[in-house]
Amino acid sequence: MNISEKEIDHLAELSNLSLEKDEKKALEKDLQNIFKYISKLNELDTENVEPTYQVFEMENVWRKDEILPQDADREALLALSKEQEDNQIKVPKVL
Amino acid sequence: MKVANKSTSAVSLVKSALEKIEKYKDKNIFTFINQENALKKAEEIDKKIRNGEQVGRLAGVPYALKDNFLSTEGETTASAKILTGLNSPINSTCAEKLEKEGAIMVARTNLDAFAHGSSTENSFFGPTKNAYDDSRVAGGSSGGSAVAVALDCVEFATGTDTGGSIRQPASFNGVFGIKPTYGTISRYGVVAMASSTDVVGFFSKSASDLDLLMSIASGRDSKDQTSLPDFYGTSDFSLEKKKIGLIKEFVESPALNPEIKSAFDEKVSLFKSKGYEIVELSLPALEYALAAYYIIQPAEVASNLSRYDGIRYAYRTKNLKDESSPEKSPLDLLFSNTRSEGFMRENKRRIMIGNFVLSSGFYDAYFLKAAKARTLIIKEFEKAFEKVDAILSPVAPNPAFKLGEKVDDPVSMYLEDVMSVPVNLAGLPAVAFPAGFTSENNKDYKTPVPLGLQLIGPRRSDKNLIALAGEIV
Repeated sequence: MNISEKEIDHLAELSNLSLEKDEKKALEKDLQNIFKYISKLNELDTENVEPTYQVFEMENVWRKDEILPQDADREALLALSKEQEDNQIKVPKVL
Repeated sequence: MKVANKSTSAVSLVKSALEKIEKYKDKNIFTFINQENALKKAEEIDKKIRNGEQVGRLAGVPYALKDNFLSTEGETTASAKILTGLNSPINSTCAEKLEKEGAIMVARTNLDAFAHGSSTENSFFGPTKNAYDDSRVAGGSSGGSAVAVALDCVEFATGTDTGGSIRQPASFNGVFGIKPTYGTISRYGVVAMASSTDVVGFFSKSASDLDLLMSIASGRDSKDQTSLPDFYGTSDFSLEKKKIGLIKEFVESPALNPEIKSAFDEKVSLFKSKGYEIVELSLPALEYALAAYYIIQPAEVASNLSRYDGIRYAYRTKNLKDESSPEKSPLDLLFSNTRSEGFMRENKRRIMIGNFVLSSGFYDAYFLKAAKARTLIIKEFEKAFEKVDAILSPVAPNPAFKLGEKVDDPVSMYLEDVMSVPVNLAGLPAVAFPAGFTSENNKDYKTPVPLGLQLIGPRRSDKNLIALAGEIV
């Protein structure tokens, strides 16, 4: 499968990445090789096979509807961000 | 392992660990050294012992924490630039359980950023070197943890195993490593990679140490919905069939290094001499496990890593300009520039593959196809375990490779996981154990390096696997 530069741009956008020209070229080659390998899967007959998305034995667990103590309070979590103002996280202009 | 008591002080155990950490500085094993806190904790334990107070089963035991476990002691980075500066306000449940028993975290270990890799070369802090040969890789992603235990810096270390990240570095450095049944140990406070296969496990120097650590760390945690009620503590060593399987497709693979093959044959003979019957199995769908894994895992990685945007914590870019995209707002640029500067190349590859296989038009051909392949792999293992108690297998096709050898060729790096990922896709337990070294006269390995094998079992057979590994090492 061929991956065009346009597709790399689209994937970068979906991935929220801004890529330099050199990096784009390198990723184009890498992704091409990776897709070549994973297309091996087409050899496998999966007719009438159900998909598996998780291997956890799901089972409902009940608990009381009560507020439990949290490991980190509001102040500690806010303090992790680079800029705060009036008890909120500050970000650059949106528009 | 050595535990503090009336004749051995916790302070002396911690000091000796810190000395070895210093001694092997050039191996680049650690991302953070917890000197001050560790000594303070050791003094408290010694005081308790002097006063005749009760201390835990791991009293004063120095251990290392893989740097993708959140910790209030020092920064938690997962060896990724995008997490530098993160001083976590919480601790992982796993580390809390260990510390409750008196274990002392002396250092945190290097990994491939976000555990993406099989060599620890994809770390923002540079590669960790193999315990036996500085020109070779530590394996990965838990390379730092494996080398820390192999060089006796610590008694044990934590790890995570999404596709082989505990077993492969364990085998590259000659130590024990367990990848437990999916859900055995809480993942609360561990940086998520691929949620349907991620597990927490350990590195140790003996099977009995693994047993102790598993009995301490296992169990349901209300903070992790995928954690299982404790089965480990209540299970006994019991084999119904006394039969060990081998996977024909792995053992006969032309890609399998002859040194690993002969270590494997030796263990087969040892099992026979102990009265076990050896059963040859064919699991043809396993050939497709790696391809399925490199669809499912990046898909989950893309989702899990979408949360890193520079807003709420850790690294944030200062560059809010991009001449080539004048339409982007400063906020958009903050997201995309933070991510571009903060992720390693391998992180970007996986995020982009993941977004590709999940995007409309490709979902059925890739993600759905891989999820169906996963079902076939699970069924083949289930059938195999109707015949045998456990499967003996190589961990990886080759011993530790050279630094730089595969780092620019992602597919050849991924192929190192070909014998470890099927276990993760099926959620099974596996124990890697040391099986000798490459021979002195092997020209490819001038400095002999360790060889490792693994035992794979049905779900919840973790205790059997540890006991079996102990029997044949």
